[in-house]
Amino acid sequence: MAEPTKIRAQLIPSAPTGAPTSAMVRILMNHDMETGLRLDPSGKAVAAWFIQTVVIRHLEKTVMTLHCGPAVSKNPFFQFTLRNARAGEKVSVQWIDSRGETRSDEATIA
Amino acid sequence: MPSRREALSLSARLATLLSLTGLMPNLALSREGVYRAAFEAHSLAELSRALGVQAPIESRELVLQAPDMAENGSAVQLTASTTASGIKRLLVLVEKNPNLLAALIELSDSVEPSVTTRVKLQQSSRVFAVGLTLDGRCLFAQKEVKVTLGGCAA
Repeated sequence: MAEPTKIRAQLIPSAPTGAPTSAMVRILMNHDMETGLRLDPSGKAVAAWFIQTVVIRHLEKTVMTLHCGPAVSKNPFFQFTLRNARAGEKVSVQWIDSRGETRSDEATIA
Repeated sequence: MPSRREALSLSARLATLLSLTGLMPNLALSREGVYRAAFEAHSLAELSRALGVQAPIESRELVLQAPDMAENGSAVQLTASTTASGIKRLLVLVEKNPNLLAALIELSDSVEPSVTTRVKLQQSSRVFAVGLTLDGRCLFAQKEVKVTLGGCAA
């Protein structure tokens, strides 16, 4: 089983009180993201193995879908701003890699 | 500011690159099929497919933040964002990587159209941020990133 995804979701303070707030979401997935071009010590190519699709949900609704190729760095990092977020709400991140392995994690907006 | 000639030639080149990624709206493939084909695009050799695509326009409404120089090509942090309305998909392309398309982001109204990520650069290369609207408009921004140590094998 893959290591858990680290998710940080922090409210961005907005000036007028009562206005909808946004949250900065940072995601760090644990994955080797093998390109298929790297050679192992014996000189054989290491098979490509990378996260292909990441679905990000807020309040059970898909807010963003990421499609990755092998050129996304090892342990993929993504940062974005979520609109209309409130403290205590959940953000979930689910990924599927090129071998069909999958992992889902969630975090609470703080 | 680039001359008109440079701008046109760049636009044509990017149209070619994009047509290779198979994302231009005139292709009647299923979305999954399009994305699969998009990530498998390798080279400029399939130029013939470039014909008939809407030319990408370099636009100040699209912003690409990237370092001028990266010591390690295995993780170069890029931010693609846009002030244009109606951008539904953001793309990150690395011109000199074996596969052009690094990441494709489907946005919704619930997120700001600005995404930061880290990509591998095999060598110094021009990097593009491309924004696609539902009605087929295609805007881009570009930046040259110099890499000291390539990230191809990382």
